[in-house]
Amino acid sequence: MELAGVTKRYGRVTAVDRVDLQIPKGEFFALLGPSGSGKTTLLRLLAGFELPDEGRVVIAGRDVAQVPPYHRPVNMVFQAYALFPHLSVARNVAFGLEMERVGKSEIQARVAEALAQVELSGFEDRKPDQLSGGQRQRVAIARAIVKRPELLLLDEPLAALDRRLREKTRAELRALQQRLGLTFVMVTHDQDEALALATRIAVLDRGRIVQVGTPAELYERPASRFVAEFLGDCNLLEAAIVEPGVAALPGGARLHFAGDAAPGSRVTLAIRPEKIAIGADGRNTAVGTIEAVEYLGDISHLQVRLPDGTALEVTRVNGAGPPLVAGDRLMLTIPLEAITVLPA
Amino acid sequence: MRRGNSLFGVTVLTAGFAFLYLPIVLLVIGSFNAGRQVNVWAGWSARWYGEALRNEQLVASIWVSLQVALAAATLATVVGTIGAFVLTRLPRFRGRALFRIGFLTPLVLPEVILGLALLLLFVRLDLDRGIGTVILAHATFGAAFVAVVVSSRLASFDPALEEAAMDLGATPMRAFLRVTLPVIAPAVLAGWLLAFTLSLDDLVIASFASGPGATTLPMRIYSQVRLGVSPEINAISTMMIAAVTVAVIGASLAAKRRR
Repeated sequence: MELAGVTKRYGRVTAVDRVDLQIPKGEFFALLGPSGSGKTTLLRLLAGFELPDEGRVVIAGRDVAQVPPYHRPVNMVFQAYALFPHLSVARNVAFGLEMERVGKSEIQARVAEALAQVELSGFEDRKPDQLSGGQRQRVAIARAIVKRPELLLLDEPLAALDRRLREKTRAELRALQQRLGLTFVMVTHDQDEALALATRIAVLDRGRIVQVGTPAELYERPASRFVAEFLGDCNLLEAAIVEPGVAALPGGARLHFAGDAAPGSRVTLAIRPEKIAIGADGRNTAVGTIEAVEYLGDISHLQVRLPDGTALEVTRVNGAGPPLVAGDRLMLTIPLEAITVLPA
Repeated sequence: MRRGNSLFGVTVLTAGFAFLYLPIVLLVIGSFNAGRQVNVWAGWSARWYGEALRNEQLVASIWVSLQVALAAATLATVVGTIGAFVLTRLPRFRGRALFRIGFLTPLVLPEVILGLALLLLFVRLDLDRGIGTVILAHATFGAAFVAVVVSSRLASFDPALEEAAMDLGATPMRAFLRVTLPVIAPAVLAGWLLAFTLSLDDLVIASFASGPGATTLPMRIYSQVRLGVSPEINAISTMMIAAVTVAVIGASLAAKRRR
């Protein structure tokens, strides 16, 4: 699957702006972004519900940019599932094969196989309104995979499920994707979902892809403030480079970092709160005052103020040592490799 | 809430049913009156049914009414459903408000005025007035009712269903026939029944739009009643009520089975 220079405008608004993207076969790919970032439009461009103003959409070696959805080797699991309410589960799943004019006996066999894949054998004669939310989602998946598409699109697949079911469904989705070996493309605004499910993620902002990479790459080495902020919690500190490997914060504190940034330039330092160590351990140590504690059971989020006025968020794993409270003073170390230098 | 029937509830229900059905019950009982006087009871008899069915003018008008109602309701359903799609689905277009007002005007326009307007149109177009013009006239106002019923259903119809159908390989036409139409079918059927009933019922517009040889049942009954109510009319009306009741029950059973 490949997108090249794909652009979609609605009047004066550019929803998708010159997007280039390649997704190899068998990947579980996530399009991640806040609402209005163009991720849903991008998914609809892949499905064929929207046609691009410019660019190529190549699926299985064929440019389908101007091909309507009913002639694309692509199927979609809709956000609210869009099951046909007047048809039974089996007829819902058979629908796509009937449209292809597949023979009756083959339809039966493939419907049974698809329902078995999603563990819904025995539900053939139920109507969608007799199913739970999770079961409906599995019907929607069966209805799409029965067509053996080149690409399976999932629009916010977990959004309509309640919290507990979501975690279970995550694991099932991932297992299903590996079992089928299909290319999955998922749209989500939920970073946890993307990190947990996807083999690679594209982060979108205002119609453009700002970074593509594995979950670990995006988390550990974000390319911009936007990505750092969107994926997980992050301390973002304005700073100026004073000499190679040393940055000065507005309050005056100096931080050493690994990496090269030209002296004199203004940068943003991204520091993940869980990478800040408690205790003195090398360079970049300071004593801070805890201003607030958010206790979450396994971990606590600490709001710490450094002597020069810099505010830092620090994640602490609970269980080691006595509980911390606001007003406590704390020795902190920011390891050199925990600092990512980003453009300002 | 407390289960069971309170005295108040039963009273209100009885009064309601009496209000709705007492006139009809009286009409049905009257149709079995052996005597000629409508207001004098002379024992049970089915003779007026025989008389009514031997009254050729009356029987002919039943056929006219049924033909008109069937054709007009069907035409109204097609036009009204298309209209409902235009009103709910099409993006804003120039003259949309005007289209909406124009399409739905027959709902609020006095029948006399609609009838007169149609008469003037038919005269101007030099159409021979007869069963065809009555059908056109009834379809005109029937379509407005169908459009209202169908568009309220379409408003709650999830467009993702059509996208899902197309995503699974259905052309827009097949998506409409296999998904949209079956899902909105109860509303379309309800619209058809409404148009059918309105057409059967209509006297005013038919009187304007009709010509020689196309006398509908209400027109016939009205002209006979002016000469005095005869039990024949009661008998004919009872048969109509029976037919409509059977049709409505049948339609609702069919709709239920589809679910």
